[in-house]
Amino acid sequence: MVLETVWFLLWGLLWAIFFMTDGFDFGVGTLYPFLGRTETDKRVMINSLGPLWDGNEVWLITAGGVTFAAFPLVYAVMFSSLYSALMLILFALILRGVSFEFRGKVDSPGWRKIWDICIFVGSIVPAVLFGVAFGNIFKGVPIDGEGVYHGTLFTLLNTYGLLTGVLFLLLFLEHGALWLSIKTEGDLHDRAVSTANRVWPVLLVIAVIFLVMSKFSTSLYDNYLAHPALFLIILAMVLALLSTKIFLRKKAYFKAWFSSALTIVAATFYGVAGIYPSLFPSSINPNYSLTAHNASSSPLTLKIMLVVVLIFVPIVIAYQAWSYNLFKGKVTEKDLTY
Amino acid sequence: MDVVMLSRLQFAAATMFHFLFVPLTLGLSIIVAIMETKYVRTGDETYLSMTKFWGKLFLINFTLGIVTGITLEFQFGTNWSRYSAFMGDIFGSLLAIEATAAFFLESTMIGVWVFGWKKLSKKAHATVMWLVAGASSMSAIWIITANAWMQHPVGYTIRGGRAELTDFAAVVFQKFAVLQFLHTVGSAYILSAFFVMGVSAYHLLKKQHIDLFTRSFKIALVFGLIFSLFVVIEGDMHGVHVTETQPAKLAAMESHWETTRRAPIHLFAIPDEENEKNLIEIGSIPGILSFLGYHDFNAEVKGLRDFPKDERPPVLITSFAFKGMVGLGIYFVIMTIIGVFKRNRLVKSPFYLKIMLISIPLPYLAIELGWVLAEVGRQPWIVYGLMKTKDAVSPIATCQVATTLVSFVLVYGLLGAVGFYLMAKNAKNGPAMD
Ligand code: HDD
Ligand code: HEM
Ligand code: HEM
Repeated sequence: MVLETVWFLLWGLLWAIFFMTDGFDFGVGTLYPFLGRTETDKRVMINSLGPLWDGNEVWLITAGGVTFAAFPLVYAVMFSSLYSALMLILFALILRGVSFEFRGKVDSPGWRKIWDICIFVGSIVPAVLFGVAFGNIFKGVPIDGEGVYHGTLFTLLNTYGLLTGVLFLLLFLEHGALWLSIKTEGDLHDRAVSTANRVWPVLLVIAVIFLVMSKFSTSLYDNYLAHPALFLIILAMVLALLSTKIFLRKKAYFKAWFSSALTIVAATFYGVAGIYPSLFPSSINPNYSLTAHNASSSPLTLKIMLVVVLIFVPIVIAYQAWSYNLFKGKVTEKDLTY
Repeated sequence: MDVVMLSRLQFAAATMFHFLFVPLTLGLSIIVAIMETKYVRTGDETYLSMTKFWGKLFLINFTLGIVTGITLEFQFGTNWSRYSAFMGDIFGSLLAIEATAAFFLESTMIGVWVFGWKKLSKKAHATVMWLVAGASSMSAIWIITANAWMQHPVGYTIRGGRAELTDFAAVVFQKFAVLQFLHTVGSAYILSAFFVMGVSAYHLLKKQHIDLFTRSFKIALVFGLIFSLFVVIEGDMHGVHVTETQPAKLAAMESHWETTRRAPIHLFAIPDEENEKNLIEIGSIPGILSFLGYHDFNAEVKGLRDFPKDERPPVLITSFAFKGMVGLGIYFVIMTIIGVFKRNRLVKSPFYLKIMLISIPLPYLAIELGWVLAEVGRQPWIVYGLMKTKDAVSPIATCQVATTLVSFVLVYGLLGAVGFYLMAKNAKNGPAMD
């Protein structure tokens, strides 16, 4: 029982870290064609992610792998039900990854143009689709008692799903604009700051609509009403979002970025706390929902995996922090020769 | 075609494509780390140019390895959901350990290596490459252990309609996993060695950067010789163990129909699966199959006819894959031994260099054949003896899989074309001399 709940929380945490880290990569990639006016701007933007995006993406692989290990039934049903959406995400991630590497390898404007488009598509598609997928998970997905999905890709594109998609996109745009505010100088920096300022109010409005609509489209609040202490998560999310703006006004960009990271983590946990103990709720019949209790691995596997995660995840965080620290500071023109 | 067939094709396409890049990552990371370490030790700038030149090729290849790996991580869920539900308890944990213990290190450190030339001391920078190399081999350990479990399941019990883990150590240390790991990693080192020797041969033939490419060739030659011999010897041990655990695969490898003592191998044979015999048999050598399987020329080898029809793997593919792989293995040994004699007058051996240049694709072929043998030879089982492939597939629509299969072929085809074009272009350009 306890073990399963611990794993449920870890599962949520891994997704939250993934959104928090790769989130700014998606944001920067989406802003890329708009903020990157000159070739130098573009290369600065790519280099601001260069050393980090791949390590960030591994949080996705780990979130997926841990779902497989701790909740095999969820892994099986979730990824086969969301088949088309997930495949679109994967293809987009492929394009994004190769674009960073290939873009600079041939000196021709036409060549660069192709990969510029791929960077944009490869960033905005996962940003929105992860939101759509999680919106649908919060709401419940039409799966039957055998875990068979009764719907198509378009079933996922309902109002609440799309709203969550827009919310995720805005969260990542804000996060990415703040990252660029930290990492760049001059014109590009000014444009990044003004983007962060302009996205923020839109994000605020959409976040409020999302919180209200969750009352009508989902049963997330049942848990909150049963355990009012959970409202602290919503409070944390709101405070983090507000302090993003406060720090932004004070030109304390790193603090603003950190607040936006906390906003993303809190937003993820807002949903995760609401669906507990389900990981993949069924909208056909609550009895068909896959929960931490009916979909988990054997106690032995859960224990071994817990040991592995408790040893390795802190080590990973330590060396990733080291690498972030190594590459702190602005990316300037003279860094562009590699 | 049904969902099972389409999913099999898609999985085969995705893994085989991934494995076009994996072996070079495994081997070239070590070769580059050796070069950079030599630079740190001697301060000789030629080693620095070598590190940068081979490092650039390494990175293009590495990127393709990464992006094609991500789709695989999720395909067990998307396409083989019944299989995932059945044995996620064991298989899932190995995959998750791979990500936490290896992928993080590999991906974080490669970023540090590429962008950290000016930020780290020389020594620290070389150490980072060793970490990348170590982490890739770590990742191979876990994924191969997972694959070995499908070839020969151990340390589990069936409870509540699924396989549950009972003995983690048995899964990780089982003989199949160890043999398969050594064989795969050894073959990856052969491939990397032939890659470096082939590209070096190109420049030596053009008589450019002779010093740099002679040194590169020699480092790779040592690597290639050791592992060509190793893989042949180790492959033989692997064969014996496959005979113990999967007798139907052994019989299919040599299209051996009738149970006999002193079982022969045929240098060439075309099996006729309908009539349960070989259409053509050329160059039969008695006793060799018995020896391969049991290290005894007189041992009895069970023939395919004594396995139920629905438990036989596709014989034609399995046997061709085996013969191709072994033939190439012997070729690699011969070519590296010749290399040892020619090593001090490479520039004067244009014929040998030309052969080495056009041999670059051959280890790729051998490795893909090896996987085809291991995976097709395991059919009809997805987990040997426990679950059939046809029972493992996801309950999804045929058109969904058909669409993604076509997308895979298109996207991967384009990526592969661009990737290999860039590798060839950079390889031909040679080192930047600054
Ligand atoms: C023998 C080795 C081996 C084998 C059989 C496989 N891989 Fe692989 N994989 C690697 C060896 C490797 C590697 C050498 O470690 C790679 C290649 C390039 C890289 O960055 O790491 C890699 C990359 C890689 C990545 C990207 C990691 C990252 O972003 O750093 C994923 C998610 C997978 N693989 C997953 C798989 C799955 C699910 C496989 C099974 C079907 C598989 N690989 C077969
Ligand atoms: C990277 C090297 C690999 C290659 C080239 C490869 C190749 C193949 C091929 C050709 C098939 C199709 C066989 C058939 O359907 O007749 C297949 C199937 C499969 N392989 Fe692999 N494989 C590799 C590694 C792995 C690993 C490491 C695993 C598991 C950890 C794995 C799991 C599977 C599964 C689940 C199937 C689908 C079921 C099946 O058709 O047998 N493969 N692979
Ligand atoms: C010449 C002697 C060789 C022998 C006797 C040999 C033997 C074998 C055997 C018996 C298998 C099947 C294992 C299984 O079914 O699971 C296998 C698989 C394989 N072989 Fe070879 N092999 C040889 C050479 C090579 C060479 C030269 C390469 C590549 C450069 C290679 C690459 C592979 C790979 C990648 C696999 C699949 C992974 C595995 O099962 O280990 N082999 N080999």
